[in-house]
Amino acid sequence: MKAFTYERARDPVAAARAVAARQGARFIAGGTNLLDLMKLEIETPAHLVDVQDLGFDRIEPTAEGGLRIGALVTNTDLAADHRVRRDYGVLSRAILAGASGQLRNKATTAGNLLQRTRCPYFYDTNMACNKRKPGSGCAAIGGYSRQLGVIGVSDTCIATFPGDMAVALRLLDAVVETIDAEGLTRAIPIADFHRLWGNRPEQDTVLRPGELLTSVTLPRPLGGRHHYEKVRDRASYAFALVSVAAVIQPDGTGRVAFGGVAPKPWRVEAAEALLPQGAAAVTARAFQGATPTKDNAFKLPLATRALAAVLAQKD
Amino acid sequence: MSDLPRLEISRRGVLAGTAMLSASPAIPARAAPVQNEPAPLMPVRFKVNGKDRQLSLDPRTTLLDALREHLHLTGTKKGCDHGQCGACTVIVEGRRINSCLSLAVMHEGDAVTTIEGLGTPQKLHPMQAAFVKHDGYQCGYCTPGQICSAVAVLGEIERGVPSHVQADLTASPRATNLELRERMSGNICRCGAYSNIADAMKDVIGSEVAG
Repeated sequence: MKAFTYERARDPVAAARAVAARQGARFIAGGTNLLDLMKLEIETPAHLVDVQDLGFDRIEPTAEGGLRIGALVTNTDLAADHRVRRDYGVLSRAILAGASGQLRNKATTAGNLLQRTRCPYFYDTNMACNKRKPGSGCAAIGGYSRQLGVIGVSDTCIATFPGDMAVALRLLDAVVETIDAEGLTRAIPIADFHRLWGNRPEQDTVLRPGELLTSVTLPRPLGGRHHYEKVRDRASYAFALVSVAAVIQPDGTGRVAFGGVAPKPWRVEAAEALLPQGAAAVTARAFQGATPTKDNAFKLPLATRALAAVLAQKD
Repeated sequence: MSDLPRLEISRRGVLAGTAMLSASPAIPARAAPVQNEPAPLMPVRFKVNGKDRQLSLDPRTTLLDALREHLHLTGTKKGCDHGQCGACTVIVEGRRINSCLSLAVMHEGDAVTTIEGLGTPQKLHPMQAAFVKHDGYQCGYCTPGQICSAVAVLGEIERGVPSHVQADLTASPRATNLELRERMSGNICRCGAYSNIADAMKDVIGSEVAG
């Protein structure tokens, strides 16, 4: 691990200022992804600003009938909150399908959204990777791509966003709230938060340098049946090959988002309108224009089958 | 004679080396460490197994290395050092975490419990006794992490923390075999003692209910 200096921030604007003012400075909260990457020298921050004392650790009702989740609420606490379990079951289920008990105890809401891809070529510093080293090329293209993206990818990067929680947040139309070094706040719909790689795969999100996540807001509950179906290589503690988040209403309409397939949680509103016609109609539209490799083309029929499994479930 | 440093081989060194080799295949070969100027040492104070401890550490020091290399509490093990195996599991402020993925300086004021704080050879924690009784290990390298995790899992079930295998999210979780296996999935046992570990946990739950 490269050497760095460390400070513990006392207030949000001071934290944002500390990161904005210094090249190579980064926020740290749970640290479960950042420290892993620092040990491999994939991330090499010169300065860490610890945000654990900033008080963003509460879940509160909003005036609109939704919930405001503090950026520092742990994955365990968010999944266990009785309001989330009752009204936003898909979010609890998505979180509980990810990582391990130990990691969920430390990982935060903000950190989960900001976690980096698990593409094996991003992790292997001997390999070319445009995301790790812009301009170096992409060894995943033409390489071992079984776990990688099938849609929304580019000719510079075919990595996926690896998380589960964000897929549920995308389904629920959550809004990410931030503050910057000038104290200005910004509300970013989750649909716009993660980027498609295009020709800048090193940039995962639309956040600006020094912009600090403060909370994630959920709109009013949707009702309906909540599902998170995750398909992976072992029964627990593995990343998704394909995951399906869904809220299905009694009349057969609803919402669907997919994980493990794209640079961001993949939701196509025009596709979910086809839910009453069944899983195949939805995935045909949602994955229109997909560019799978030989290794990961299986993800397309797998997505249809995972959604069909969800639609076959009754309360 | 020779400018080469004297090569000292210790059992611990060999164990640490082989543990790195046996880490998950998901971890690729790492780049050679880059030499750069270390940051000044930082003071950190926390409570370990009920005892106040004060250390002066390079900010890079993980909680795991602080426990093992600085406080010489070598019960907690370094397996993969990347949060994939669970051998380093300790209980911080009542919650189990991977001590390898946490910086020691971030734990100012925290209360840390390691395997040494749960019980002693003379006075075993009920979970330690149950692991012995049910043969919940072979080589024993993952065992301190398994036991810390198992103790914390029982607390999580008691607090009503839900899990992936729970059919009804709004119900209180029950300590079934399936639940215990899912909740322990962050602790890998290369010897495959999983069935006996689940039996040991079930035994402790049973005796707590009975007693």
